[in-house]
Parts: sequence; C-alpha cells; structure tokens
Amino acid sequence: MLKLIWLIPVLPLVGVAINGLFGQRLSRAAVAVIGCGVVLVALGVSAGAVLELSRLDAGARYFETTLGTWIPMGPMGAAGTMTAIPWGFALDPLSSIMILVVTGVGFLIHVYSVAYMEHEEGFARFFVYMNLFMSMMLTLVLGSNLLVTFVGWEGVGLCSYLLIGFFYDRPFDARTGLSCADAGRKAFLVNRVGDFAFVIGMLYLITTFGTLDYRGIAAAITGAGGAHHALLVTVGILLFVGACGKSAQIPLYVWLPDAMAGPTPVSALIHAATMVTAGVYMVVRMSTLYAHAPEAMGVIAVVGAATAIFAATMGITATDIKKVLAYSTVSQLGYMFAAAGVGAYTAAIFHLMTHAFFKALLFLGAGSVIHGQHGEQDITKMGGLRSKLPVTFATFMTATLAIAGIFPLAGFFSKDEILWGAWSSGNKIVWGVLALSAGLTAFYMFRLTFLVFYGNYRGDPRTFHHAHESPRAMTVPLMTLAALSVVGGWIGIPAVLGTTFLGGDVNVFHRWLQPAVAAGHAEAAAGEAAGASLEFALMGAALAIALAGIGIAFVIYRQREGAAASIAATFRPVYTMWRNLYWVDELYEAAILKPFYAISRISSGFDRFVIDGLVNAAAIVADLTGQILKLFQTGYVRNYALVFLMGVVAMLVYLATV
Amino acid sequence: MIDPRLVLVLSAVLLALGVVGVLTSSSAISILMCVELMLNAGNLALITFARIRGGPEAQIYVFFVMTLAAAEAAAGLAIVIALFRLRGTTDVDEINLLKW
Repeated sequence: MLKLIWLIPVLPLVGVAINGLFGQRLSRAAVAVIGCGVVLVALGVSAGAVLELSRLDAGARYFETTLGTWIPMGPMGAAGTMTAIPWGFALDPLSSIMILVVTGVGFLIHVYSVAYMEHEEGFARFFVYMNLFMSMMLTLVLGSNLLVTFVGWEGVGLCSYLLIGFFYDRPFDARTGLSCADAGRKAFLVNRVGDFAFVIGMLYLITTFGTLDYRGIAAAITGAGGAHHALLVTVGILLFVGACGKSAQIPLYVWLPDAMAGPTPVSALIHAATMVTAGVYMVVRMSTLYAHAPEAMGVIAVVGAATAIFAATMGITATDIKKVLAYSTVSQLGYMFAAAGVGAYTAAIFHLMTHAFFKALLFLGAGSVIHGQHGEQDITKMGGLRSKLPVTFATFMTATLAIAGIFPLAGFFSKDEILWGAWSSGNKIVWGVLALSAGLTAFYMFRLTFLVFYGNYRGDPRTFHHAHESPRAMTVPLMTLAALSVVGGWIGIPAVLGTTFLGGDVNVFHRWLQPAVAAGHAEAAAGEAAGASLEFALMGAALAIALAGIGIAFVIYRQREGAAASIAATFRPVYTMWRNLYWVDELYEAAILKPFYAISRISSGFDRFVIDGLVNAAAIVADLTGQILKLFQTGYVRNYALVFLMGVVAMLVYLATV
Repeated sequence: MIDPRLVLVLSAVLLALGVVGVLTSSSAISILMCVELMLNAGNLALITFARIRGGPEAQIYVFFVMTLAAAEAAAGLAIVIALFRLRGTTDVDEINLLKW
C-alpha cells in the first residue's frame, strides 16, 4: 500500500474528470456515488498505507515516492548543488494523520452533502469542486517538498474561491453589501497577500540551501549548526505570513467569516476542518526551521494567542449561526498557532485533529438546523429546536462540550496539552490569554446552543411548525463525528493522567508523531520534572474557566430573560465595537482599499489622457498628413505626366547648370 | 550629307510633339501613340549620334528601344482593350478608381 500513496491525491481527480465531463448527463445518484466513492477509496488506500507505515520501526517511518522530475534547475544555493524539484509524495507520521483526517472527515462531509445539496442547482459542479479540493488538499499534505505542497496550497485556495462563490448569483451580507461571488473574490485576494510572502520565503530557502525538500532543508539547517540565523528568522516569518493568509490569522483573517457564503458542507470541510489548518500543518512541517528561529516562533505565539482571543470576542456578538462558528474557527486556529509558537508542535497537530472532528460536526449540525428551517440562519430568530431536531441537538451538544474543553471529550485533551505547553515553555502570558479565550469559547458556544435549541421559537411560527429532522444521510455523518469528538482525544491522553490513573503513559499520539517533528520543546520531559501537581492544577483551572463560561452563558441566556439585552446596553461601546467586528473591515477599506482606488483613479486618468492622448495624437498627425498629401493625387493621368515632365526638366536644368 | 544638327532639331520637335500629345490627349490610344512618337524621336537622336561618333553602339541601343517599344505597345494596347471591355471607355480621365 505504501507504494500507492501517489494514488491518494490522484483518485479524487478521477471523480473530477468523470463528474466534470459527464456530470450534466449523469443522474444525481450516479454523481453522488462517484463523488463519494472516490473519496472512500482514497480513505481506504490512506488507511492501508498508514497501517503499513505503523509496522515499521518508529525511527524508520518515512516513505517517499517520486513520480518524476518536475523542474530541473541546475546548480542552486551557496553550495551550488545540482537541484531538480521532483513530483514527490512522502508519507510520515505527520502526513499520515493529515491524510486520515482529510479523507475521513472529507468522506463524511461528502455523504452529508448528497442530502444537503439535494435540491440545489449545480449538483455535479458541487461534487467536482469538492473532489478537486480533496485532491489538492491531499497533494498539499503529501508533498515531499515545499513546491509540491505549494501546488496543493494554491489548488485548495482555488477550490475555496469556487465553493465560496458557489451560489454566485445570490446576495450574502446585508451589512457590507457583499454578494457570494464578492466573498469568494475577497477570500482569494486576501490569500494572495499571504502567498506572496510564502513564495519569497521559498525563494530564500532554495537560493540558500539549494533544495526545497523538507528532509533536505531540515538536514541543511541542522548541518549548518546555527549559521544563517537571520535568514531563518526571515524565512520563518515569511512562511508564517503565508500561513496567516491560509489559516485566517491576524491580520489576514477577514476573509474567513465571509467565506460562510459557501454551502454549509463547504464551510465544514474547507473552512473549518481541513484547508484552514494547512498553515498549521506547514508550520509544524517546518518545525526544524522554527526551532532554529526562536524569534519567528515568538511572532507565531503572539499572533496566535492574539487571534484566539480577538476572534472569540467577535464570536460573542455574532447572530448568524455560521458566523459564530467561523469566528470560533479563527479563534481555534489561533490556538493551534500559539501551540506551534511555544514549541508544542504535537499539541498543535493534536488540536488540529480534534478540532477537525468537532468543528466539522458543529458546521454540519448548523447545516442541519438551517436545512430543517428552510434556510434560516439568524439565531435571534431560532429557539426551542431541541424537540424538533433531536439528533442534531444531541450531536451539536456533544461538539459544543468538546470545543468548550469538558472532560473527557476530545477538546479537553488537546486544549489542555496546548495550555500546558504554553505554561511549561515559560510563556505564562500566552497561557493566560489562551485560558481566557477558552472561557470565552465555552461562553459563546453555549450562548449559541441555548439560543438555537432552548427557550421559545422567536421566528415565524409556521417555520417552526414545518421544522424537521434531517434525513439519515445527514444524521449518520453527524453521529459518526459526534463519536469521534468524544473518543478522538483518548489517543492523546497526557502522560501525567496516564501514569497516575491508567498505569503507564498511554499517549499514543505523542509517540506516533514525535519522530516527525522537531524536538527542543519543553513539553513532555520538562513537564514531568516540573511536577505532576502543577499540571493537575492547571488542568483544573482550565476546566474551571470553561465551566465558568458555561455558567455565565446559562445565567444570561437561560435564567434571566432580557439579561443579554441589558448587559449589551450597559457596555454599549464594547458591544458596538464587537458587533462591528472592531471595524477591521472598515479599517482595511479606509487604509488599503480607498488609497488603492485613489491610485487606480489617477492611473486610469493618466492612461486615458496621457497614454491614450499620445496614441491619438500620432493618429491625428498621420491623418492630417494624408489629408494634405491626397490633394496631389488628382486621379488624372495627365496631371501625373505633367509633374513627371516638370521633374525631368528640373533634373535636366540642374544637370545643365552644374 | 545633311547637317546632323538639323536631324537633332527634328528629333527634338518630334519629342515635344509627343510630350504635348501625352499631356493634352485624354484618349488612352492617343497617349500610347504619342509615347511611341517620343520613343522614335529618341531613336532618331541615337542614330544621329551614331553617325557623328561612327561607332555601332548607339545603333544597338536603337534595336533595344525598338524591341522594348513593341513590347510596350503590345502590353499597353492589351490594357486599353481590357479597360474598354470593363468600363466601355478609353478616356483616362474617367479611370480614377484608385483616387481617394
């Protein structure tokens, strides 16, 4: 199976080809079977390959296969080594987790989409985009060098654009007047900013080390032994800027909330579970580089923590069910980056995985809620849907508990590992910020749950009357993901819990991933030395903060009617600021777009009056010359003969006089 | 023996007649004929020079000119006939399609 890993990204392409070429003529059932089938086969191949990988020795778990040379480049780098960039795919513990998450969660979401998109136009087009996304995402995670990863990186960006603008003829946001197509364009353009930095980072790497191969770069950096320090910091930050764009971190997060214009399964797959985590994956993939560039790691930790709390506050006041989840995603991605920034790479990937489970579940649950009410997304118009959507409610509640970090669900373990990583690496401020945003997360998630599922319905009673549970094709993926959200964390039980209660370190996840990421973080070894009691205390504190968040949400949204409104009135400036998302969109509008438009207007004027003026002047001169010269063309042959004669006479006279 | 200068004067008069004919006539046929006249005026002058110099070169030129004139007359008349068939006239003032 290992030799077949190149098939994993290629299989979904088969679906793209079939549905893309013949989708219009195939029945919906056939399109659905092909669309889901290729992902299922890819999942099977992935599982087989990972199983085979696990049979190897821990240190030897690396398999690379090359499909051929892509770009022969000649001598590159300081050493002048002959460089050729191959189409290489590599499977190691890190990419194995990614392909399982991508194909596993991806398959569930594909199945869900069959029912969700049932009544929509462009059913085949939807599955073509989704399959193309799967192919590109798998290329991204399996690429054995940065450039192959970058192909996938741009490919998922393209699919993201196409799927956000899937309902390209519909309006999206009344506040900003965006249409769905605008939202797609916004995502694409914001990502360009990050990709620009990413490309420059790659160029620095290849001109310095003469390779873009992950292992080659790691070996070169380790071999250089502390040389190139300034360059590594620069490259680290440049690559991170690229990750900021893809993974929606400050200051490039603005596209993700608007990406909710896409169909809900797309939000679940691309804008929650997989694509947006590509930045985290890339940072962890380059962990050797970051381990040698602590300043860059500091930047990542600060940006990640700031994003975590910043986005959480915006999630508190959002009223669109999907936007709440979008801000939550931005916040959780901030968590992952903060983890990578403090050196807890394993924790970052662990949270990436558990987050993929429960956030995909939350989005699919939200999709089920929207589907059940025929398109209503405003949570202020919902309420009491618990009785109407029992399965959705139960699974949504599971995911809410998981993201809030309640023991023993998946989110508890991954979040705790990040918090412990922050504390034990000495970043106490990062710990504080992350712990606070964990409380905020619990608060806004329970606010969402209470507003949607409890109390009385606040919208049109007829909508409530017609509200219905979703079909099995949607509820079964929900239940599967709910199960994963519960048990998904158990493969990464912290060592301190394992040794105390389970009679040994049962952190399978950590052991599996360790050979693939850079060492040099304080996480495990130092943790044990620092004392188990401290770790328990911090764990308890995190749990207490989460419970406090839930408690406050309960008091405000369940116990006291109108409490939310009166609190909003008391803290009106803060509330207004959060409602308007800190005016960041407006700031970008004023600071970047307006000057850009002004420059465009000047350029356009220059083009129209100066450049076009020169061209027109040339034409006018030619025209006038012609107008004068045409007078000599009388059309009378005898005139010409006369002129000819005069010429001859003139020449003769001239010759005679000389 | 006639004074060669008299022959040259005759040649000049013939050339002038040809030029005036070309400039004043509007019929393509007349123009062609006047052109022939001018060519033969040239021939006459060449023969005269040959006589003055006493060599054969100028006489050879005359043969060339005569051959050329024959070819020119053939091509010219063919064009005139084609024109006449197409436009029903040989008046060169009417043939001004290429003018702006």
